[in-house]
Amino acid sequence: MHFSTGAKAISVIDYGLGNVQAFANLYSRLGFNVVVAKTAADIANARCLVMPGVGSFDWAMGRLNSSGMRESLDKMVLDVGVPVLGVCVGMQIMADYSAEGVSPGLGWISGGVRAFEIPDNGDMVSQRLPVPHMGWNAVKPAKEDGLFAGLAESHFYFLHSYFFDALDTSNSLAFSNYLVPFVSAINRDNIYGVQFHPEKSHSGGVRLLQNFASL
Amino acid sequence: MLLPRIIPCLLIHRGGLVKTVKFQEPKYIGDPLNTVRIFNEKAVDELLVVDIDASRFGVEPNYSLIKAVAAECRMPLCYAGGVNSVAVVEKITSLGVEKVGISSGFINDSDLVAESACRVGSQSIVVIIDAQNTGKKKKKYEVFIRNGTENTKQCPFALAERAQASGAGEIVINSIECDGMMGGYDMDLIKGVRDAVCTPITALGGAGSYEDFRALVDHFGIIGAGAGSLFVFKGKYKAVLIQYPDWIAKKNIFYGGLVG
Repeated sequence: MHFSTGAKAISVIDYGLGNVQAFANLYSRLGFNVVVAKTAADIANARCLVMPGVGSFDWAMGRLNSSGMRESLDKMVLDVGVPVLGVCVGMQIMADYSAEGVSPGLGWISGGVRAFEIPDNGDMVSQRLPVPHMGWNAVKPAKEDGLFAGLAESHFYFLHSYFFDALDTSNSLAFSNYLVPFVSAINRDNIYGVQFHPEKSHSGGVRLLQNFASL
Repeated sequence: MLLPRIIPCLLIHRGGLVKTVKFQEPKYIGDPLNTVRIFNEKAVDELLVVDIDASRFGVEPNYSLIKAVAAECRMPLCYAGGVNSVAVVEKITSLGVEKVGISSGFINDSDLVAESACRVGSQSIVVIIDAQNTGKKKKKYEVFIRNGTENTKQCPFALAERAQASGAGEIVINSIECDGMMGGYDMDLIKGVRDAVCTPITALGGAGSYEDFRALVDHFGIIGAGAGSLFVFKGKYKAVLIQYPDWIAKKNIFYGGLVG
């Protein structure tokens, strides 16, 4: 899966979290040049970056900080302006902080990560909605271009107990509903994050990943 | 709006896919990878793949097959069978599998779920409970392991509660006596688990029609609806045919076509 050609590749950041292989398989099947990035050198030449993530916030930040890629990642994203897509916890760590842990986040998009709370009011309707939020839910994009081109209202696969609470609402790119309305995709400049799993969301997910690679 | 998940459950036996009746009489369905490709095209919500030889005969999971299935899946995949250590859990998730199902592993080692959840996160740890009604006059459910061959005498509801407390992100409750019978889910069994935990749960065993899914969701709201025979057999002679409700059929099942 590792191409050492001069062509710029999509780098999927492998910091020991998330389904790196699913992204790599999907992109290579679509004909893109993909690198599974384990070192700073692997991302130095990337045309765009995918940051998967499964697990807890502190665990994710710890793994990223000790991966040897953190510094060049900040540089690539904040200085060079390479497009980056964070997925699930990979999106959440773009925030300043999370209620799930004590580690500071990357702080790329201002805001915090909050927990879904089941209202303790004996309301049967809400009690029929378990946490984690698991399954296929509708995603309504604020605008139907760029990352969400051709994806007016699609269903994507979610699996999470926390969500991104963007401070600046102009950074909210898409919305979903579970217990409460929440932000299911964020964007600031070249920085994108999705709470759902496009790599496991059939044709809608493939389209979104294709859209991202074409930004 | 979140939709209930409809989940085909595929059983691996001697490298092929099979379907059982009451955990017996495995009938050959087809090649695992081919079947996954068909389910990709049908855009299934999620897949549950269980190696029914691995825990029964105490052999290691077939990692090369798991890796190939995971690479093929365009939907979340849960693998179960022979998961008896944290190392196995980590190995399976590293192959690109979203969720790992643990059953006898949890009975034999009560720390396995907690330690695994610490490493890969609760959302990836599923505890699968195979239960059977062993009561004569009054219903009494007990948990079985090793593919239904060994009665642990444990109560499935207490086990589900312990699984949740240990950090399991989901419980799959499987009825042994309903397996392959296609006569509907065991609602009492499912209710016992629903009342015991607040994690997502998936019901398995007994689904024979889309009506059974509707009844399940009417009773329990958001729940995973698992099924085996319904997705692989057609007609009373059980001809092998892979099928799955499309988007319109699904909306009909859950909302009677009311949602546009």
